[in-house]
Amino acid sequence: MVVFDRPHALADIPLHYCPGCTHGIIHRLVAEALDELGIEGKTIGVAPVGCSVFAYNYFNCDMVEAAHGRAPAVATGLKRADSDKIVFTYQGDGDLASIGTCETVHAAARNENITIIFVNNGIYGMTGGQMAPTSLPGQVTQTSPYGRDTQTVGYPVKVVEMLSQLDGASYLERVAVNNVKNIKNAKKAIKKAFQNQIEGKGFSLVEVLSACPTYWALEPTKALERLEETVIPYYPLGVYKDKFAKEEE
Amino acid sequence: MAKVTFNEERCKGCGLCVGACPKHIVALLTDKINTKGYHPAGVTDQSACIGCAFCATMCPDCVIKVEK
Amino acid sequence: MANKVIMKGNEALAEAAILAGCRHYFGYPITPQTEVAAYMAKKMPKIGGTFLQAESEIAAINMVIGVASAGKRVMTSSSSPGISLKSEGLSYLAGCDLPAMIVNVQRGGPGLGGIQPSQADYFQATRGGGHGDYHMLVFAPSTVQEMVSLTVKGFDLADKYRMPSMLLADGTLGQMMEPVVLDVGEIKTYDKPWALTGTELKREHNIVNSLFLQPEELEQVNFARYKMYEEIEATESMYDTYLMDDADICIVAFGIAARVSKNAIDAARAEGIKVGMIRPITLWPFPKKPLLEAADRVSSFISVELSMGQMIEDIELAIRCKKPVSLCNRVGGMIPTTEDILNAIRKAAKGGNA
Repeated sequence: MVVFDRPHALADIPLHYCPGCTHGIIHRLVAEALDELGIEGKTIGVAPVGCSVFAYNYFNCDMVEAAHGRAPAVATGLKRADSDKIVFTYQGDGDLASIGTCETVHAAARNENITIIFVNNGIYGMTGGQMAPTSLPGQVTQTSPYGRDTQTVGYPVKVVEMLSQLDGASYLERVAVNNVKNIKNAKKAIKKAFQNQIEGKGFSLVEVLSACPTYWALEPTKALERLEETVIPYYPLGVYKDKFAKEEE
Repeated sequence: MAKVTFNEERCKGCGLCVGACPKHIVALLTDKINTKGYHPAGVTDQSACIGCAFCATMCPDCVIKVEK
Repeated sequence: MANKVIMKGNEALAEAAILAGCRHYFGYPITPQTEVAAYMAKKMPKIGGTFLQAESEIAAINMVIGVASAGKRVMTSSSSPGISLKSEGLSYLAGCDLPAMIVNVQRGGPGLGGIQPSQADYFQATRGGGHGDYHMLVFAPSTVQEMVSLTVKGFDLADKYRMPSMLLADGTLGQMMEPVVLDVGEIKTYDKPWALTGTELKREHNIVNSLFLQPEELEQVNFARYKMYEEIEATESMYDTYLMDDADICIVAFGIAARVSKNAIDAARAEGIKVGMIRPITLWPFPKKPLLEAADRVSSFISVELSMGQMIEDIELAIRCKKPVSLCNRVGGMIPTTEDILNAIRKAAKGGNA
C-alpha cells in the first residue's frame, strides 16, 4: 500500500526552486488538499510574480498568471464569474504584503469567498534577495546590506495580525514548514482554507512561514533552524481569526 | 514491511529528509551524482524503515515514495 | 420599427453592454463617467449579474482579467487618470490574449487635469497605453446611438480576436442626452476552449499567461499577434464620410469634434468652399486607406482635435505627407466652436496652413 506519493494535482515535472526551498513542500500541501477534497477539476489557481511565478505550470488545475500583487483581484473576478469554482491564489510576501497590500486588504474586507496561500520567507528571491516587507529587523539583504534599519525603513508587516482586525476576513492562520509536526499543521490549515470556500464561509488566508536557504545564505537544514529559532518567535504561529470556530465546537 | 523509494534524478541533495528520519537510515549518497550534479538522498538500511513518511513529508521535490 | 428612447450617453453604453451579454462590471468612481457605474449598480443585481465597486482602478481591471480568463464578457469604465492606472492591466489583457471592454470617457489632462471633455488620450488608446508591443481595438463614437452600436461591436470583435476593446468617448458624449434605438440585433457568441472553466479532470489544464522567458518564444508570440493585427487593419477599420465627393479640403475629426466640424462644413459650403470630412470610427485600426485615397484629390487636410495634436500624426503617416495637414484644436476641456473650425477652413481655402 502506498502511504506517500506525489499528489495528482501536482504536475509530475521538476520544480525550478533552489535546493531546500520550502516552496516545494507548500506546493505539495496545496495539491494534497485539492486531491483529498476532490476539487482539482473545478479549481482555478492564480499564480503571483516572484519565485512562485511558475506555479501555473506546477498545479494541474486551470491556472492564470496575475500581474505583481494583483492575484486577489484576479481571483475576485474568477470567483464572481462562476461561484461554483474553487479559486485560490498562491502569493509570496513581496507580492501580497508589499505591492499587493491594497488588493489583499480589500479582498479580505469583502470577505471574498476565496483561498489565499501566503508564503512568507522574508525576502525577494526571484530578483536576487532584496529586502521584503516581511524581512526581520536587522536582516541583511541585498538592499539592506547593513541590516534592516527600522529607523529608516520601518518594521515588518504582520499580515494575519493586520487582517484579523477586519470584520470581513473569515479565517486567518499562520503556520510554518520547518519540521514534520508543523508541516502536518500547515496541511490541516490549508485544507481548512479550501474547505471553508467549499462551504461558502468566505475569505480564508493561510500564512506559511517558509525558508529561503539561497538568500538567507544558509544550508537548507540551517535555514530551517533559523525559521524555528528566529522567524517563528517574531511571527507567532496560530489561528488569528476563525469566524466559524464557535459553531464547530 | 515498509519500503521507501527515491527518485534520485529529481533530488537536489538538500538533505532535509536526512534529519527527519527517526531511524537515521536516510543519507545523501556521496558515492553517487545525478545528472543535475547533486548527491541524491537514499536509504542505507531498507529493512529498518518503519514507513513513517517523515522523509517524504520534508522533501520539497516529491522525490520520495513510501509504501507499507 | 424599434422604439426610440432618450438616454444619456453613459447610460446608453451601459445598457448596450448588458444587451451584448455582459454580466460583470467592475469600476471605481471618477468623473465624468459615474453614470455607467450607477447604471450597472442598479441593473446588474436584477439580472443575475455582478456589479462590484473595486478598491482602485488597478483592482477593477484585474477583476476584469479574472472574469475574462473565465471566458465571460466583462467591462470596466473610467476616465483619463483612471485609464492610466488601468494601463498595466491593459498590457496584461493583450499579453494574455483576453477579450474585454474598457470604456474611457475622456477628460482633460495631464495629471489630475480637469473634468471637462477631451480627446487627449488618443495616443494612450491607439498605442495601447501600457508596456510592450500591442494594440487595442479603439472605437470613437460621435452620437449616443454610436455609444450603443460601438459598445456592442467592441464586445464582438474583442471575442473574435481575443483582445481588449476600448470605447474612447469624451465627457460631452457621456453626459449628452439623445434619442437612441436599443435594438442591437443578434449577439454572436464565440467558443472559448482556452477559458479557465476547470479541467473536470477531462483535459489538460488551461493556462492564461503572458510570461515567456525564452526570447525566441516571446518573439514568435509577438509575431503571431502582429500578424493578426495586420488582418484586423485590413478588414476592421471603420469610418464615415461627409460631402467628400467634390471636396477640396478634407477635415479629419472623430467623436465630439466631428459633430462640431459638420456644422462648420455646412457653413463653409454656404460660402462656396468645397470642404468635406472623413470621420474615423475606429481609431485603431486607423482608416488609412480612405485618407490616402483622398490625398490624391484634395489640396489639404485639417485635423480637428481636442488635444494638442495627436491624431494629426496618424493622418500625416496615412497620407504619406502628400498634402499639408493643419491642426484646429482646443484643449483642457475646451471644445472648438463652429466659428473656430470655419476660420481654419477659410484659411485652408486661401492656401495657408493654420
